[in-house]
Amino acid sequence: MNWPVTNSFSGEWRERFHAWRRRTRPIRRRLAIFLAVIGPGIITSNVDNDAGGITTYSVAGAQLGYALLFWLIPMTIALYVSEEMCARMGVATGKGLSDLIREEFGFRSTFFVMLAALFVDLGNTVAEFAGIAASMQIFGVTKYISVPVAAVTVWFLVLRGTYRQVEKIFLVACVFYISYIFSAFLARPDWLLAARSTAIPSIHWTQDYFILLIALVGTTIAPWQFFYLQAGFVEKRVGPRQYKHARWDVLVGSITCMAIVGFIIVCTAATLNKSGMTHISDAAQAAQALRPLAGKYASYLFAFGLFNASLFAASVLPLSTAHVICEGLGFEAGIDRKFGEAQIFYGLYTALIVVGGGIILWPRAPLFKILLFSQVANGVWLPVVLVFIMLLINRRDLMGSMVNTRVFNVVAWTVSVFMIVLTVAFLYISVANPSAAGVVGNWLPHLPKWPLY
Amino acid sequence: MLHATELLGAGVYDAQGNFVGRVKELFIDPGEQPGRIARVLLSRGKFRPLVARYDQVKSVEPGLIRLTTDEYHLEPYQPNDAWLALGKDLLDQQIIDTNGQKVVRVNDLELSDTRTNGNAEMRVTHVDVGLPGAMRRLFKGVIPPALSRKLQEKLPQRSIPWEFVNLVEPDPKRRVKLLLTHERLARLHPADLADIMEELSSEERNSIIASLDPESAAAAIAELDDRLKPQVLEGLGPDRAADILEEMPADEAADILEHMAAESSEQVLEEMEQKEAHHVRKLLQFEEHTAGGMMTTEFVIVGQESTTAEVVAYLRHQDTNMDQLDGVILLDKEARFAGVVPVARIVLAESAAKMEDLRAEPQLSVHPDADQKDVFELFDKYNLRNLAVVDADKRPIGTITVDDIVERLRARA
Repeated sequence: MNWPVTNSFSGEWRERFHAWRRRTRPIRRRLAIFLAVIGPGIITSNVDNDAGGITTYSVAGAQLGYALLFWLIPMTIALYVSEEMCARMGVATGKGLSDLIREEFGFRSTFFVMLAALFVDLGNTVAEFAGIAASMQIFGVTKYISVPVAAVTVWFLVLRGTYRQVEKIFLVACVFYISYIFSAFLARPDWLLAARSTAIPSIHWTQDYFILLIALVGTTIAPWQFFYLQAGFVEKRVGPRQYKHARWDVLVGSITCMAIVGFIIVCTAATLNKSGMTHISDAAQAAQALRPLAGKYASYLFAFGLFNASLFAASVLPLSTAHVICEGLGFEAGIDRKFGEAQIFYGLYTALIVVGGGIILWPRAPLFKILLFSQVANGVWLPVVLVFIMLLINRRDLMGSMVNTRVFNVVAWTVSVFMIVLTVAFLYISVANPSAAGVVGNWLPHLPKWPLY
Repeated sequence: MLHATELLGAGVYDAQGNFVGRVKELFIDPGEQPGRIARVLLSRGKFRPLVARYDQVKSVEPGLIRLTTDEYHLEPYQPNDAWLALGKDLLDQQIIDTNGQKVVRVNDLELSDTRTNGNAEMRVTHVDVGLPGAMRRLFKGVIPPALSRKLQEKLPQRSIPWEFVNLVEPDPKRRVKLLLTHERLARLHPADLADIMEELSSEERNSIIASLDPESAAAAIAELDDRLKPQVLEGLGPDRAADILEEMPADEAADILEHMAAESSEQVLEEMEQKEAHHVRKLLQFEEHTAGGMMTTEFVIVGQESTTAEVVAYLRHQDTNMDQLDGVILLDKEARFAGVVPVARIVLAESAAKMEDLRAEPQLSVHPDADQKDVFELFDKYNLRNLAVVDADKRPIGTITVDDIVERLRARA
């Protein structure tokens, strides 16, 4: 037993194998670095397509057909530009967005930003659990089983896992969005028309068109995602040298996110819009309506996509919220800490899940009002966060050589102003005229009128 | 007891009782006395701002400061880098609590005021990192201070004595002016210091590394998150990075250099001492996830026929670090690998005992090409503490120790 053979194959083949390994070493190393960096961008963009988002896209396709497809490309650019700035800030400073706001704008600004975060995210969490309940209903599971099971799963997943494990699970969840591509193909759409609508604008000068456009932008670009994205890159210790990989991650994320939006719109446009069922009010209804039109598999795939998206977002949102709030206000945070060390963090996290899931199970909850309030807060919050981002990213003392260039500033301010104008318009409608055109349930993106069985 | 929040914005009156201005900032001059408020900056609307020295302050209470002199005795304000500003440099910033060994954010500062010959001297006593400070910040100017104080009494206190506070200033020039040292940090265990550094921004990290001697810096960097190690060294410049890497075991240094950008790792290698650089370069040839990539080239070899007494005498005269020594590698007459003797057996054996009689069975070794999984299996199966790596001629070229295994397994988990 003098010479244990530790390689199972030997001789010539072993030589060849090692020669190959040596030759490919630089490529494999570069790939390994890339794989180590990717994650936050793809996850963040995909979490955007959550229950509220899918509702909005389904309604947009059902009501207006392919008409809104044109906006996908400008929205991809807007999403990329705003997310890229946060990624860059995380890489350059090594700090989260809430940390930076706290250090540069003081305690009180931070406190109100965090308060808004709490309300908006609680509202969104409620919407995610509503999505879980509604999608499982299609598979014949009552919400009294699906919601508690989902809440407990989410709670344990995040508390028992390390950041890296959780991220892997999230990346797998991103893959399941493919179900929407399949359901789009099963719906047998007019691909030529869809392609033409994407390239050539077809603006309808109607109220519904603009309300849905605003809702589309409002659901796709949500303020909490900036915090999550930046924290993700900080947590992964991405340094300036790996920054180009981080940028690819954000770009791939933005494009896949918008592609999924496109497929959902195409799917409902080809079926519901074509057969005149333009007045659905939520994603679960869309899934049900698909059944006679595109077959039960299209319907199941659609519902499964909704379930996956809702569960995914219900895992990310409470965690991200608890993290952002504790970090900004200086409480101990992080899943590596023990309960005794980070009581406020764990308390917030648990409360968000318990309240979010509980409201769905409580038959007399003022769901509509809660969601409306959270949506308004979301609208108030987004411009504030965007302005904070723009002010911070132009600070040379923070960003060093990664500060915004003038050209990028022009693009970024255009995008920000565009989004702020849309959001203000959105707010105006939701406050001044909540019953506008009888489409309340349709256009308020996080206001799915889930059947409250 | 006073709070910085209650003083910032406070009205200031001179000896005649005339209003002078409002407190804009409080400065500590670390060159004079650490912790004492040396200057108070008064903003006066459209008039130029003035500065009151510590001996010009007569009395202090929340929201109100009285001076011993008249307005025209006050100096005009000249910005000074060597002054530590309570509002700008401390409030909302991160500091290191060297006693609790963690990074915390400053919510407020507690000050004491002692009366000495006719004036009130303010000193920073504690840094408030808990809820009461947060509440004061939030309700400042909204509800009366008295009510605010009453509400705070019910909240749990969390504050850090000023002498345990370690500031992190990324700008090296300013750090010198402020007389900031990281003496207390250097005394922490490297693993604790690494935990602290992981929570800071890259510039703040570099500022701490810069103030440590190469040996403590090497120890702390070795404990950092693997993804941070190459970034930290790249941020230091090749000269300093080389000094630090020389203090590390060769395998650790090679692991870090492997993950640095090709050109900067080459620059660092050129700056390193010949002998260390040679070791590291040899290790860099091996694939990361193989026995060669895990091993260190520092090990002890002795002839298999030497006695315990000879080996102990030999070990005493080695200048390398023996803390991590688990076993001694034996060579036969042809200088080929001939087994390993665990250190514990040497300690317990008679002084005349021969090494070949003490060696562990079975005599295991691996090729540098062996996959790390096979190495893990050997360690697990035979409960090894170290394993020799030999080349095709059976000459020992390195050794893998159990801490390398733990590190790899943890990275995979």
